[in-house]
Amino acid sequence: MDDALVTVRDLWVEFPARRATIAAVRGVSFELGREKLGIVGESGSGKTLTARALMRLVPRPGRIRAARLRFAGTDLLAASDRQIRRIRGRRIAMVLQDPKFSLNPVMRIGTQMAEACQVHHRTAGHDAARWVADALRTVRIDDADRVMRAHPHQVSGGMAQRIMIAMMLIADPDLLIADEPTSALDVTSQRQVLSILDEQVTKRGMGLIFISHDLDLVASFCDRILVMRSGRIVETCRADRLADAAHPYTRGLLDCRPRLDRPPGEPLPVLPRASGLHPGGQGHA
Amino acid sequence: MLEVRNLGVRFGHGGKTFSAVRDVSFAAAKGNSFGLVGESGCGKSTILRVLAGAIKGWTGAIAIAGRLVGRDRDRAFFKTVQMVFQDPYGALHPRHTVDRTLSEPIAIHRLDSRQARIDEVLRDVGLGPAFRFRYPHQLSGGQRQRVAIARALVLEPDLLLLDEPTSALDVSVQAEILNLLMRVRADRRLTMVLVSHSLAVVGHMCDALGVMQRGRIVEQVTADALRTGRVHAPYTRTLLSVAGGEPKAGPAARFA
Repeated sequence: MDDALVTVRDLWVEFPARRATIAAVRGVSFELGREKLGIVGESGSGKTLTARALMRLVPRPGRIRAARLRFAGTDLLAASDRQIRRIRGRRIAMVLQDPKFSLNPVMRIGTQMAEACQVHHRTAGHDAARWVADALRTVRIDDADRVMRAHPHQVSGGMAQRIMIAMMLIADPDLLIADEPTSALDVTSQRQVLSILDEQVTKRGMGLIFISHDLDLVASFCDRILVMRSGRIVETCRADRLADAAHPYTRGLLDCRPRLDRPPGEPLPVLPRASGLHPGGQGHA
Repeated sequence: MLEVRNLGVRFGHGGKTFSAVRDVSFAAAKGNSFGLVGESGCGKSTILRVLAGAIKGWTGAIAIAGRLVGRDRDRAFFKTVQMVFQDPYGALHPRHTVDRTLSEPIAIHRLDSRQARIDEVLRDVGLGPAFRFRYPHQLSGGQRQRVAIARALVLEPDLLLLDEPTSALDVSVQAEILNLLMRVRADRRLTMVLVSHSLAVVGHMCDALGVMQRGRIVEQVTADALRTGRVHAPYTRTLLSVAGGEPKAGPAARFA
């Protein structure tokens, strides 16, 4: 079973609070090969924390425990901090929702990308420039010279997100975690970013964890989907079978979207609220 | 209720000007909703900001409730026209309670029976009186957007301007907020202008819509025409194909 890239068995992420411990991820298990796995769910369902647990990047005072948490043969729970640092960024890379917050605003794009080359490939200065230009071309940025000289505020959101992806791919990771990578973009740049992600993931044979709350997007882009609610996986299905999903929660998520083929003026069906000790919302949402 | 004719907005000075909105005309009858769709930077929010009086350098003519409005608006104008913004996290003052947020417009417009108005509007947006003394950080995203809507409704406006009111929210919460807007529109005979990048949202909420590209309305269609696919502009077709409601052939076909 260790031919899977990632094995997660009974993963819990808990936050000790004043009176009781709040579990944000409650007993999640899944395996990931070199495929595109989508995780969908509402804010606070634990999808981001599940992915972050793979890099042991859970905010303090959160605790991770699991029966098994392995990445490419490494036990992530037993690994030393040093071993984890070797995996973060180099073997598991992460693209976040808003590229404007992920890029350093006072550094030229070329300079910050060259830094990634130097860290991961130990390239020298002028070599790095060539690496960077190549990396930018893989994400379909043709005028690489101009972009490398620009600061992050001088490029559009879609362009910044492509730069982020290029930067994450420099290390040639085995697994890419994309956390709502296109939610801040409009439809046209969304499509472009997704097609680049798709192309690169397929070409390099990486694994991809794609986190989103947009069911349509995940269904059309991923191979397999996990639907999460209140820290648990409620349903796993093949992406092209999402329309046939059986779980009432998944059905609810599917049915509450406005659609053009729905009669106008009719109220949309709404989901019942999640119950139990589950505080709504999450820190960064 | 609302009529906009040949609206134009230019930003910048001298040789470096940028036309954000060019020659835009549309109208909405009382109790109807008009939608504006298009991608970021197409000028749809700029139009809303002109209607709300936040941008002064515009050309053309705007009539609200049969009266032409000028560059400067008086207090009566702001009682008729209210706006709800995209980001419920940024729209509310973090150190003001819901009560204070809702009291402010009442005080500015010197209205009476503050208590009764606040209680009523909170009930209307589906938040009980228990929410009255909460701070924004004690509310979820959907609840904050309800407070923002309550703040707009407390003045009993005739025209409500909505700038991407649900795009920061989960699909399930989006459904609740859209239902809420539909209900208050029917109850209060409100006219709405809704800006969104989602054709599905606009198609669900509005009677007619304008598809915008680079500052112009490239096509105006009724919601019925949209639903049955009777659209002409190629850009509208592209948007329609991404909006869903039709079968998908898989990633390759869709993102090619």
